Amino acid sequence: MEISGAEIVIKCLQAEGVEYVFGYPGGAVLVIYDELFKQDKVKHVLVRHEQGAAHAADGYSRASQKTGVCLVTSGPGVTNAVTGIATAYMDSIPMVVITGQVPTHAIGQDAFQEVDAVGITRPCVKHNFLVKDVRALAPTIKKAFYLARTGRPGPVLVDIPKDVTLATCEFEYPDSIPMRSYNPVIKGHPGQIRKAAQLLLEAQRPMVYTGGGVVLSEAAPQLLRLMKLLGFPVTNTLMGLGGYPGTDPQFIGMLGMHGTYEANMAMQHCDVLLAVGARFDDRVIGNPAHFGSVPRKIVHIDIDPSSISKRVRVDVPIVGHVPDVLEDLIRQLEPQISKLDAQALKSWWAQIELWRARDCLRYDRASEIIKPQHVIEKLYEVTGGDAFITSDVGQHQMWAAQFYKFAKPRRWINSGGLGTMGFGLPAAMGVQLANPGATVACVTGEASFMMCMQELSTCKQYRLPIKVVNLNNRYMGMVRQWQQFFHGNRYSESYMDALPDFVKLAEACGHIGVQVEKPADVEPALREAFKRKDDLVLLDFLTDQTENVFPMVPGGKGMSEMILAEEL
Amino acid sequence: MRHIISTLLENESGALSRVAGLFSARGYNIESLTVAPTEDPSLSRMTIVTSGSDDVIEQITKQLNKLVDVVKVVDLSEAPHIERELMLIKVRATGKDREEMKRMAEIFRGRILDVTDATYTIELTGNGEKLDAFIEGLDRAAILETVRTGASGIARGERVLKV
Repeated sequence: MEISGAEIVIKCLQAEGVEYVFGYPGGAVLVIYDELFKQDKVKHVLVRHEQGAAHAADGYSRASQKTGVCLVTSGPGVTNAVTGIATAYMDSIPMVVITGQVPTHAIGQDAFQEVDAVGITRPCVKHNFLVKDVRALAPTIKKAFYLARTGRPGPVLVDIPKDVTLATCEFEYPDSIPMRSYNPVIKGHPGQIRKAAQLLLEAQRPMVYTGGGVVLSEAAPQLLRLMKLLGFPVTNTLMGLGGYPGTDPQFIGMLGMHGTYEANMAMQHCDVLLAVGARFDDRVIGNPAHFGSVPRKIVHIDIDPSSISKRVRVDVPIVGHVPDVLEDLIRQLEPQISKLDAQALKSWWAQIELWRARDCLRYDRASEIIKPQHVIEKLYEVTGGDAFITSDVGQHQMWAAQFYKFAKPRRWINSGGLGTMGFGLPAAMGVQLANPGATVACVTGEASFMMCMQELSTCKQYRLPIKVVNLNNRYMGMVRQWQQFFHGNRYSESYMDALPDFVKLAEACGHIGVQVEKPADVEPALREAFKRKDDLVLLDFLTDQTENVFPMVPGGKGMSEMILAEEL
Repeated sequence: MRHIISTLLENESGALSRVAGLFSARGYNIESLTVAPTEDPSLSRMTIVTSGSDDVIEQITKQLNKLVDVVKVVDLSEAPHIERELMLIKVRATGKDREEMKRMAEIFRGRILDVTDATYTIELTGNGEKLDAFIEGLDRAAILETVRTGASGIARGERVLKV
């Protein structure tokens, strides 16, 4: 029996086991929405702006390991979603984006709501397709899901002209789809793994640095076993937090521009570095020449060969699926683990403890104005360290990363690569839908929050009891910090003097809003909010306007060239 | 250093722009780029002439391999290979220059494809340097128009680039 392209789309989503589609209807996708209406397996979440749809699908994926799906119309539907697609691309999040397109005969005619979706998204997707023949629709959607979640994951876009959604053909969903041009390497090279084991065993000052790849590939259990076997210090990137328990003594904090003193110093001064699912980006190692000025051997494990030796030359590259490679590495190491130089390791740890003793994250705990760090510490306590935390981008993001000790992977959900303000709230919607009943908090700042605050209305519609922790300093805090440090205190356009009343804003959208002004009220307000299991509560914390994020590696500087709080 | 990179890619619309977009987005040089379907119509063969340090060339081949439409990538410069480029050149051929043009074409083993009272159109094949040398050998004022294909390349010996 022949069915329509629109019905094929829905049947494909059902076959993929898709639970939620985040989207917004419009002319070019009306036929698909009509088919969505006729069934109840795939549930639709109606956002208030297509950027929110992409972020919500992204958050859903990050918190669940499933592929996020979003559905938007042609033209502005696509362009609005682009920020969300690029966000997912930079952080390698598996996502399938279905976009409507004007009918095939109108393509290229500058038709109403026409945009070259495949062209406009090409640099920010793993792959994309324009489907011109209804018979190609099912195999293309199969490919899209396969590409999105395998290898180095990423968003894949499928652009479907309206006439293709109306055209009919027989439907068959393929079990698998061979692609001669796409065969990600899974198994690490045994010779390379042997070399890596050798280097690790000989290390005097070893260091392990892991990133988002550990979280995405579900390699946290293997990483923990490897670390317990070796006893080495370990640091996580912003994307990698939760990949190793933040409460473990071998964990020496996040590294990078706002990493801990001990993590950055250990990175700079180690003699053997094991990098796992991380990519030595500019916010991590700062100036690559400065980093390279210290001799050290580097082992780099990654699924994506192009991430290896891109910014930093490595000695032992290992391309493969991280959990499998770590298993192989553990197997290599176990029988010869006694070869480790225990004495060298002991003095290396003594050095690290000295660095740790600098207590680089300390702040004024006696302040009479709310310190943002204090809010995060209390948030950690009140949620028992077991919440899903999404964040926006800026100072609040860094404080959340520094002060919330993530014990499990997929609990810390933020836009690391693209740095997208506005990500936090819509991402939290996806996280909450993926984990009904779980505690979900969105740590945000007033400037970021206002970029997607229309999604408060979506939260009401789907009764999503997210807790919004607004660290409101009436500034674009990170911009202000850079202006203070590097632009002579000229706070150019980083201050907003016409902010909304966030309490009323929450109330206007049917939620609860609470403003908190005193440090002593922080914990009670949080406790009260998290008691309300069925309500979204927006907590508007009026925080210290002058607080800065420390330590800080200024742009273009080396990892050991940090500015510490006491130096200002 | 100059490198000549050969790729096999799916003969699908958009594949060329994915490659071109990759080069512009990542700031790699393209000296020339040629592409046409192979004997297997589902595959295209692309030859890219580029330049960069060893690190850059390594990234270029890795990034090309990462494109989903790309089936195979080979850096031909790593081993003995043959390069050829085709040029069509229209020159003024009047008076004493008419005989001189014909002689030049013969020296460079070119072929005159089209003749008018005042012009010759010459076909010339060779590596880029040979084509450059031909142009250098002519009086600039005599050159009316040139069109070059960019280099195509293939490995010497028994090495083949095939799926």
